[in-house]
Amino acid sequence: MTDTRISLTTKGGGVRADRLFRFSALAAGLLVLAILALILVTTSREAWPVFADEGLSFLTSKTWDPASNEFGALAFVYGTVIVSLISLLIAVPVSLGIALFLTELAPRRLRAPAVTVIDLLAAIPSVVFGLWGILVVAPALYKLYQALHDTLGGVPVIGSLFGTPVGGGRSFMTAGIILAIMIIPIITSISREVFATVPSSDKQAAYALGATRWEMIKGAVFPHSFGGLVGAVMLGLGRAMGETIAVALTIGAATQITPNLFAGGNAMPSVIVLEFSESTGEWTAALIGLGVFLFVITVLVNVLARLVVNRAEIRMKGAVA
Amino acid sequence: MTVAVTPAPVDLTRAALSVRRRIVNRIATLAIALALLVALVPLALVTYTVVSKGLDVMSWRFLTDNIVNSPRRAGGGMWPAILGTLLITGTAALMAIPLGVFGAIYLNEYGKQKPLARVIRTMADVMTGVPSIVMGLFIYVTVVLAFNQSGLAGALALACLMLPVVIRSSEEMFRLVPDELRQASLALGARRWRTTVTVVLPAAISGITSGAMLAIARAAGETAPVVLVTAIVFRPEWNLLEPNTTLPQQIFNNASQPFAVANQRAWGAALTLIAIVLLATLIARFIASRYSIKER
Repeated sequence: MTDTRISLTTKGGGVRADRLFRFSALAAGLLVLAILALILVTTSREAWPVFADEGLSFLTSKTWDPASNEFGALAFVYGTVIVSLISLLIAVPVSLGIALFLTELAPRRLRAPAVTVIDLLAAIPSVVFGLWGILVVAPALYKLYQALHDTLGGVPVIGSLFGTPVGGGRSFMTAGIILAIMIIPIITSISREVFATVPSSDKQAAYALGATRWEMIKGAVFPHSFGGLVGAVMLGLGRAMGETIAVALTIGAATQITPNLFAGGNAMPSVIVLEFSESTGEWTAALIGLGVFLFVITVLVNVLARLVVNRAEIRMKGAVA
Repeated sequence: MTVAVTPAPVDLTRAALSVRRRIVNRIATLAIALALLVALVPLALVTYTVVSKGLDVMSWRFLTDNIVNSPRRAGGGMWPAILGTLLITGTAALMAIPLGVFGAIYLNEYGKQKPLARVIRTMADVMTGVPSIVMGLFIYVTVVLAFNQSGLAGALALACLMLPVVIRSSEEMFRLVPDELRQASLALGARRWRTTVTVVLPAAISGITSGAMLAIARAAGETAPVVLVTAIVFRPEWNLLEPNTTLPQQIFNNASQPFAVANQRAWGAALTLIAIVLLATLIARFIASRYSIKER
């Protein structure tokens, strides 16, 4: 008779394979942390000469003059802020509208094609938006800018926003509009998830009290999803601040601080890509320094956004239970 | 209202709404529906312009010729950039997908809700938000400064961008695999790694593939890191250790030129790039829909 007993102990071959497998999986997971840490360390080290040389004036001075080794990045910080603001002002209402359309309004058979539109918008590479922006949108918008300048330019206070448009239309405004199109998909997809967590009992309660659809959205959907929406907008902001190529092509590449939205400017990521190939020495270090600053800000914005979204989700799950 | 002996039925029809409430509701509903249109218009315009202007220059020679070395000259093709895009993105995928899947295995099969796993999960989300230009700078200071500008450096930068996307999408897919499958396999005496490789992975592979293809499609369109770390070439370059070029880089370079011939080349390159990206996306969707039904 053959021995049919089998060993059920943990001894024998395979323990080592198990351990090796577990270790490789852990190593792959840790790689994420390692890369993030390495980014911070290696780029800061490379940018150190400029941080040491300029100190705080790297961010507060507006003189960016590579020829005389002066690197104040305020104009680019300003450009990033302005362009991100414009894009959020356009993209947030549109994205919330689309998300509401998808969750509250759309008939079932319209939903899938609508989602496909958003997916396709997200699939178009940013450089293609940039190409379209510089060759088609900017020249077309130039005429609109001119008309706006003629009618609104004389108005006190807000008139300064609508100054003389720069030739060709490559400006803060154009970059902001292109950027808005690019961040619509991310804000839409997150706010859709957030809206989907609103319990239907809340919505039905609103309807039962006689609310119209809009009153239901205002009274039941928005208060419930406010936290999640803040997170969604912040993720959009993170994307907008880091977008490089489309902005580089459409913003006009000028180093200046001006309230005129139709003037050319530059943003932090775009100045890096535009000047990197011609830069040397401390100039390169300054561009890398901009990258470090950009990295720190986007990581902060993203961490905050994730915390907000996660907290909102937990609260919502609690409300459903 | 007049007082009646038996209470009159309350009017619950739309007509009972005050005019203001009715109009506000109408306007809001209209605005919500319009929002989709606002997103649809640029999508349609971009697609139309790229296709119509791209087809003007599209030809067999455009896809197979070398790049002209002066932007003001007419003619020339995009073959070196097509080759570079495929080589660099492919190499990046070879690095990022196995690592990403391994990372997802850690998160879903080992780490679960442990503090370390939660930190890695959040940081992977954060890493998807790191601007691509920063990844380019990172590879520049670590790889390019030590060696030289090369296709491999570009691939490394793209791999860094793909890694967190692959990790998060694969983890979602692993989570969908029912626990019964794992328990059945473990009960049969299979070890953890064997269970994962022969049971969990095959069950999740279609979802992982489609997630990975989407990551590839995103990476193929990345421009900023490639511009920083691969330099540029005008002839096809098969050696990854040498400088290379990609379609997004060619679009970027040609778009900012004041010459009409260069702009035309940019449209042609954009059409080629979109075709490649679309192909990857379609394959992803096909795989996802084809196999997801069979699974259960």
